Amino acid sequence: MLKTRDDLINIRSRYAKSLTAETKKILVCAGTGCVSSGSLEIFDRLTKLLKEQNISCTVELADEPHGDSVGIKKSGCHGFCEMGPLVRIEPQGWLYTKVKLTDCEEIIEKTIISGNHIERLAYQKDNAIYQKQEDIPFYKKQTRLVLDHCGQIDATSIKEYFSIGGYAAFEKALFEMTADDIINEISEASLRGRGGGGFPAGRKWSQVKRQKEAQKYVVCNGDEGDPGAFMDRSIMEGDPHRMLEGMMIAGLACGASEGYIYVRAEYPMAVSRLKMAIEQATEYGLLGENILGTGFHFRIHINRGAGAFVCGEGSALTASIEGKRGMPRVKPPRTVEQGLFDKPTVLNNVETYANVPLIIINGAQWYKNIGPENSPGTKAFALTGNIENTGLIEVPMGTTLREVIFDIGGGMRDGKEFKAVQIGGPSGGCLTKEDLDLPLDFDSLKKAGAMIGSGGLVVMDENTCMVEVARFFMNFTQNESCGKCVPCREGTKRMLAILERIVEGKGEDGDIELLLELADTISSTALCGLGKSAPFPIVSTIKHFREEYEAHIYGKYCPTGNCQKLKQITIDPTLCKGCSKCSKSCPVNAISGKVKEPFVIDGVKCIKCGACISTCPFHAIS
Amino acid sequence: MNETFDFTVVDSIINELGCKPSAIIAILQDIQEHYRYLPREVFPYLSGRIGISEARIYSTATFYENFSLEPKGKYVIKVCDGTACHVRKSVPILERLRKDLGLSEKKATTDDLCFTVETVSCLGACGLAPVITVNDKVHPAMTPDKASELLKELKEEI
Repeated sequence: MLKTRDDLINIRSRYAKSLTAETKKILVCAGTGCVSSGSLEIFDRLTKLLKEQNISCTVELADEPHGDSVGIKKSGCHGFCEMGPLVRIEPQGWLYTKVKLTDCEEIIEKTIISGNHIERLAYQKDNAIYQKQEDIPFYKKQTRLVLDHCGQIDATSIKEYFSIGGYAAFEKALFEMTADDIINEISEASLRGRGGGGFPAGRKWSQVKRQKEAQKYVVCNGDEGDPGAFMDRSIMEGDPHRMLEGMMIAGLACGASEGYIYVRAEYPMAVSRLKMAIEQATEYGLLGENILGTGFHFRIHINRGAGAFVCGEGSALTASIEGKRGMPRVKPPRTVEQGLFDKPTVLNNVETYANVPLIIINGAQWYKNIGPENSPGTKAFALTGNIENTGLIEVPMGTTLREVIFDIGGGMRDGKEFKAVQIGGPSGGCLTKEDLDLPLDFDSLKKAGAMIGSGGLVVMDENTCMVEVARFFMNFTQNESCGKCVPCREGTKRMLAILERIVEGKGEDGDIELLLELADTISSTALCGLGKSAPFPIVSTIKHFREEYEAHIYGKYCPTGNCQKLKQITIDPTLCKGCSKCSKSCPVNAISGKVKEPFVIDGVKCIKCGACISTCPFHAIS
Repeated sequence: MNETFDFTVVDSIINELGCKPSAIIAILQDIQEHYRYLPREVFPYLSGRIGISEARIYSTATFYENFSLEPKGKYVIKVCDGTACHVRKSVPILERLRKDLGLSEKKATTDDLCFTVETVSCLGACGLAPVITVNDKVHPAMTPDKASELLKELKEEI
């Protein structure tokens, strides 16, 4: 239990010494991605092997440093999920990829005991072998600030967090800064909310501070529901204490004594890591009553979501914490005035809070030197889809799309052509080849008709049908519409029906115009952000790929051949032996011909059931 | 309605989480974790204990995707249909699982209460798409054939 400022300073330096005493370290990635590829079994095996070989090893950071021990840790997500399970070796900084259980003995013997690199396990690309993690192209162009600790320290240990300067920002804010100082620093740094809207965090905090109510709340939005986005999950799993520290500083700044974290139920590991982190912080007296003898009280609670995308919206989220249906309400009053339990509430997302300790420690000026002037700092993106390197990355704001996709992401999979990237999930838009040199920051993207959203980048290649993608997103939002306001409840349903009609080949003249008209109405009249932004993917795909819509509607074909119902089934005359089996199997008599001569399919009658394909003994039908 | 429903489990959950209206979602989640669904009997009981109307509890339970009023199978298989999994072809996996188990979009649970197949929105394991989970254990980089294999293994365990 830490009672004074000196206690905290001492414990930090004590564990910093223990950390340096661990001369060799094995960091096994324990993010959701690597765990599902078996990293925990690898961790157990490595620990067992070390013990069998009588090598002194420390799973938990020792209270007193003792020399020559091998640290073995479960780290947070390294981000390079594609190559998992990942094992990092220190002090060399080597990264082993796709490690199997059978590799463990070699790792201990060759690398830990003899200090040799195992080439076979290193990342290889284009005949080059990359020993060090930092040299791998995927990492080289990144600037990892918020994700700095992910993959470097044990995510489950507050001691490790202490050892690298943990809670120093909170300490500085608590003892050296007034509430106004903190808010000024955050405002000066122009920190903007990382959840999508990009609202200046400092302004939000000062609005809450100004409220006269005695009870105020700090809420963290960890309901990262955008399909294809997992930045916040990685922070919650890989560096939970940094996020707690950010919330505690927000509590100090706004005069709140209670914090709530709302996490999606789909992230069980994030929930357990956060719970553990809160318990540890409480145990050390950093959460609770009279923190470090200053009279500041702060407690943090966790609420699990129950599977409603709309709960990512502020007023729906607070309603859900209150135990109600998660439905947005009309604003004003805004969340800063009447949020959780009708009290003034600071609501930011995970990544925003994780930025706060960095700004407090390094100062606003330092922060402003990263990225463009009006959106400084870095942004984490989840790279997914038809891209070579999927995973979690962090780059300075203002990095171009080309650098992200081709330099870090390694370009398209299987040498395919880049077609588009969907940014901001179901509320965002798509960007095409022409936008590749667009800097990724709040304002540039807004101008291009897209939004940064929470930071999901789904990359699509030439084989992706954009109409089908639009239908997919509309299906998602329609499903997740809470049903409170008419434009969203009914409008998205109608838009989805039209899109379904189009991909089934039943599109009509005027459908595109109707979609745009509906989109306009929904965007301007829906109650909350989810509804207002629901039509964006459709508007943006129509803008960039109108010819694809037209091909579906007027030409009744899908240029990429993705839409099942628009597929043309044909018989290859060189393979057809004229056995007539296909015409007998056809339920609508669409196939005709003379026996022993090639048969033909009448495309108008054909219902694309595929019965002929499976009956053909010569594989002549496709 | 079962007259002899044993409420000890529900009581201990309420005691742990607090007998207050704001805890209702957490309480329902824990009840569901225990029974694998929300038995009808708990609604009037919770209403009496916590002091909010049965209608409000019911409205909360039916609003959220994760709550189920129908019993679920011993193995709950969730197929991720997030964007990344979708573009890497998760739908054929779902179709195969349903076909192998004789299920459909409307009928999610087998009659012997062994398997439930449902879709889930993004699990955040996009780097390993397409993924499915079986009772929350993530299986990465699935294909329809691998899904059939997995079913076979699970059937042997029953």
